[in-house]
Amino acid sequence: MDWASKGIAMANLNINGKTINVDVEDDTPLLWAIRENVGLTGTKYGCGIAQCGACTVHVDGVAMRSCGVVVGEVAGKQITTIEGLAAADGKLHKVQQAWVANDVPQCGYCQTGMIMAVAALLKDNPKPTDQDIDAAITNICRCGTFQQVREAIHAAANA
Amino acid sequence: MNQHVKLDRRAFVIGTAAAGAGLAIGLDLPFGGPTVVRAADGSPEVNAWIVIRPDDTTVIRIARSEMGQGTLTGLAQLVAEELECDWSKVTTEYPTPGQNVARKRVWGDFSTGGSRGIRTSQDYVRKAGATARMMLVQAAANEWKVPASECTASDSVITHKASGKTTTYGKVVEAAAKLTPPADAEIKLKDPKDWKIAGKGVKRLDTVDKTTGKMTYGIDVKMPGMLNAALKECPVFGGKLKSYDEAKVTGMKGVKKVVRVNDSTVAVVADTWWHAKTALDALPIVWDEGENAKVSSESIAKWLAEGLDNSQPAFIGNQNGDAKAAIASAAKKVEAVYNYPYQNHAAMEPLNATALYTPDKCEVWTGTQNGEAAFAATLEASGLPAEKCEVHKLILGGGFGRRGMTDYVRQAVSIAKQMPGTPVKLLWSREDDMQHGTYHPVTQCKLTGAFDADNNLTALHFRLSGQSILHTVRPAALENGKDPAAFQGLNPSGDFAFGYTVPNLLVEHSMRNPHVPPGFWRGVNINPNAIYMECFMDELAHSVGQDPLEFRRKLMSKHPKHLAVLNAVADKIGWGKPAPQGVHRGLAQIMGYGSYVAGAAEISVTDGSKIKVHRIVASTDPGYVVNPAQVERQIAGSFVYGLSGLFYGGCTVKDGRIEQANFDTYNSMRIAEMPKVESVIVPSGGFWGGVGEPTIGVAAPAVLNAYFAATGKRIRSVPLRDQNITFA
Repeated sequence: MDWASKGIAMANLNINGKTINVDVEDDTPLLWAIRENVGLTGTKYGCGIAQCGACTVHVDGVAMRSCGVVVGEVAGKQITTIEGLAAADGKLHKVQQAWVANDVPQCGYCQTGMIMAVAALLKDNPKPTDQDIDAAITNICRCGTFQQVREAIHAAANA
Repeated sequence: MNQHVKLDRRAFVIGTAAAGAGLAIGLDLPFGGPTVVRAADGSPEVNAWIVIRPDDTTVIRIARSEMGQGTLTGLAQLVAEELECDWSKVTTEYPTPGQNVARKRVWGDFSTGGSRGIRTSQDYVRKAGATARMMLVQAAANEWKVPASECTASDSVITHKASGKTTTYGKVVEAAAKLTPPADAEIKLKDPKDWKIAGKGVKRLDTVDKTTGKMTYGIDVKMPGMLNAALKECPVFGGKLKSYDEAKVTGMKGVKKVVRVNDSTVAVVADTWWHAKTALDALPIVWDEGENAKVSSESIAKWLAEGLDNSQPAFIGNQNGDAKAAIASAAKKVEAVYNYPYQNHAAMEPLNATALYTPDKCEVWTGTQNGEAAFAATLEASGLPAEKCEVHKLILGGGFGRRGMTDYVRQAVSIAKQMPGTPVKLLWSREDDMQHGTYHPVTQCKLTGAFDADNNLTALHFRLSGQSILHTVRPAALENGKDPAAFQGLNPSGDFAFGYTVPNLLVEHSMRNPHVPPGFWRGVNINPNAIYMECFMDELAHSVGQDPLEFRRKLMSKHPKHLAVLNAVADKIGWGKPAPQGVHRGLAQIMGYGSYVAGAAEISVTDGSKIKVHRIVASTDPGYVVNPAQVERQIAGSFVYGLSGLFYGGCTVKDGRIEQANFDTYNSMRIAEMPKVESVIVPSGGFWGGVGEPTIGVAAPAVLNAYFAATGKRIRSVPLRDQNITFA
């Protein structure tokens, strides 16, 4: 049977300032709706159980692990993905700039989620201490870029 | 500048087709010179490694895979150094394995493991750069009718000083590409002390796209009409797929097909991966788990423990004197048994591959550490000949050894072959990745040391018992049944040389191969072997009341390079000087992958069970350093990987399957647990050692030795979570 004939749940998602009508069931994790239905692949799948943070996006300005949120919960909310972090003119966000300047990424797979988590931290806490960073940034990076991540967070805070 | 090869969907499809056409066409020259081979955009190759565009952009081909370790940038630096091109105009691309085969392996080995990426290709890639420079200079000299020896090249500009003439690489490349390359004897590589681009901590070439989400990993591949596959493999290794009830899921949303992937695996193919996964979870599957379902960690440990007995057969990896006799007649004897568990790679990007099969062509897009092995797997799984197969490599979201295997490539091709004409992306879930790994093998080690009446170490016996990687993965590399890799760090000489002189030494391995598939895990056997060697050295030192550093130094006088890095970390950490209140120190050294490394840790321990790692000092002598900034990052990263394995790692077996399924049960260090890592890079020249792996060996023993200094308790078993010890 063609799945289309079974009826499609439509959801309006506000992503990076645009309202997008996607054919997706309400119980689909936001991560997969973003990656597969909207087609923005900068948000990464790492664990699917909100442990690693590779899928971090902002929902109404708050960092959230998009694998642990379903589409039905975010209808009408403002979602920002890594693709929407830079300014409209393409100028990188100060966290992205600090990441480039400090040559943070190794394999880079976790870094978009890391950057989203840090951008949210700096919005709420513009000059975080090392302890603030330790408490707020719990993303996994298997390459082990944490030393550069910490340096880049301080650099972005002072930018 | 410096963007890695772009992979947006349209450019990707077009570029792939054009690259093939470009290579096929070539260009016949009217005067019979060498054939000019052209890149997709028509720009000529000066040689297989280097394409120069009219605007002076230099495209450097990189055969090895980039998985975060920085090899792509380092190899480009080495080529650019000899080429004398403008570094700001350098870009890189991967040649494909199919092209490599078609061109008689002009790019050599693609495999990227064993910390080999730079050290085993530095010579020929530097020569490629030097050769191209000589041809470009010759072309300019020909045009000016002056001797090439009067011309110089720098930053892609060629200058004839006497006449004041200048030109650029982009202007003479067409003529240069038609010249006959210089003979090998004419090529003189620079002395590394004259390097201007290599040897410097230049920025990586692949960073910007990794901060914006534009970088295309295998998981991000999109193709018109592409479907997605999720799979389940028999949870018990070696078990079989008996049956599944397809009818239960065929009506589910998005489901297109249920396919038998191989005799132990079933997959659901759907419009989206989420639909495929949802249907797969609903698919009733019957497994034939087989005899292996009776195996547990306990049964494996018992079997390995039997191998510690000297009466059991064993392979000898290193020996001098008569250790057994010296131990039997010793004034004092020290004995201890250590063990090391299975570990999963847990690269952040779960395994995946996209395949498109038609009876005339099979193409695969994937992140792989070994493009040629992935290509061979594609041939085998598709049944098509080499000229009808191709593998397109993508940047890896971590490898650590796992992506040197090709199981996921074979699976993707098998699925695609059952849906001809439709591209299918196979993606493993994290659970698949955790429970169908190729695991760091399990070993145990009984160590015995003997002293004379004056407390001189007279004998040392390493009795290893456990799993061989090569036995399963590369049986042709066994030496009369012996796995030489089991002795990494304990060999008499070579890239993994033992750094102590002991009058009577015996290192042996009783090979026992459980059914759990083993694989190369960052550092491989230097992980357990460094713990065994360096924690036991500490035990021996303490048993005779000697300082662990002084005790080692006495045994290392004939191993000056091992000693130099150990001294370097001891000096930097302040060994012998008072540590801050409540802080304790530990040391370790080993040689691996051709590099000499040492580490020192400063830790504090609360209630015997909460460890705070304050500071790590790590030193490496890799002979030459191509990018010190990346070497520092590899060192720091190796401690994260190694200490994650020490504290949180360990995969356990129950009912024949791996118990840990995700990061909640197989955890990884976070930033809060990250110590300050200080690197002391001391390249002594004259050899090329690896970087990505060696320092991981000293991570665990340095911390374990510091734990003993802090608590007086010796830990001989990994992971620490099994002993309720964790990060503070």
